[in-house]
Amino acid sequence: MNKRVSVYRHEHFNAAHRLFNPAWTFEKNEEVFGKCNNPSYHGHNYELVVKVTGVPDPETGYVIDMKELSALIKREIHSRFDHKNLNVDTKEFQQLNPTAEHIAIVIYDLLRPYISADKDLQIRLYETPRNFVEYPA
Amino acid sequence: MVYLTRLEHFNAAHKLYNPNWSKEKNEAVFGICANENWHGHNFELFVTIKGEVDPDTGFLFDVKKLSELMRIHVVEKLDHKNLNMDVDFMLGKMCSTENLATAIWQQLEPHLPAGVQLHCVKLYETPRIYVEYFGN
Repeated sequence: MNKRVSVYRHEHFNAAHRLFNPAWTFEKNEEVFGKCNNPSYHGHNYELVVKVTGVPDPETGYVIDMKELSALIKREIHSRFDHKNLNVDTKEFQQLNPTAEHIAIVIYDLLRPYISADKDLQIRLYETPRNFVEYPA
Repeated sequence: MVYLTRLEHFNAAHKLYNPNWSKEKNEAVFGICANENWHGHNFELFVTIKGEVDPDTGFLFDVKKLSELMRIHVVEKLDHKNLNMDVDFMLGKMCSTENLATAIWQQLEPHLPAGVQLHCVKLYETPRIYVEYFGN
């Protein structure tokens, strides 16, 4: 069988953040980012869905071992971001505004080296139950 | 007697940290929740009132008014805020979900009209963790 299948792993992390552009005035940040610019931060329960697509291995029947994928997400993502302030505590967002878009791209780039090149990777990140982003689009 | 529930939500930062304790004791008790630079949650707030139905309207209480009370007295004070730093009614308190639910009850109860009783404040900190407060 040479059929491609997508498998998904759902994980979550809780973090504080603030949206602002340090090159702008406080007033312009307020105008563009509104209450998300609160200088004392706010936070979210992020829900992360990692999608891996490929042909199931003929010997195991797996696209990827879900236990290994879960362990990879815990090691590379959860340990970096869970119960952290994304702006203050993480090196990834020292110079990058931690919007959901940017967080999804960062997560993709952190995981991609550990997923074999013959498989596709896509990140879906829920910032709230009502707002989510996907990368690659 | 009927029960009516309204759901609102807010997003906020907080930390669990007792200023009377050392950093080491806070970390021993609260673990990652004691991160000095905060973390955050999407809170889901369920407020349940109870009472008799008004025969003229068919309502226990106009749910738009309940929503407005929750917005003015709770959500606008908490949404996109730092619970430890920005919220007048949480100052000096530990910002646990238990204490926040109790404080939300105290914010709402004085504003309900006679005949409408607050029954329950149910507050989800994550989709997997919630507390309920029934006023006693």
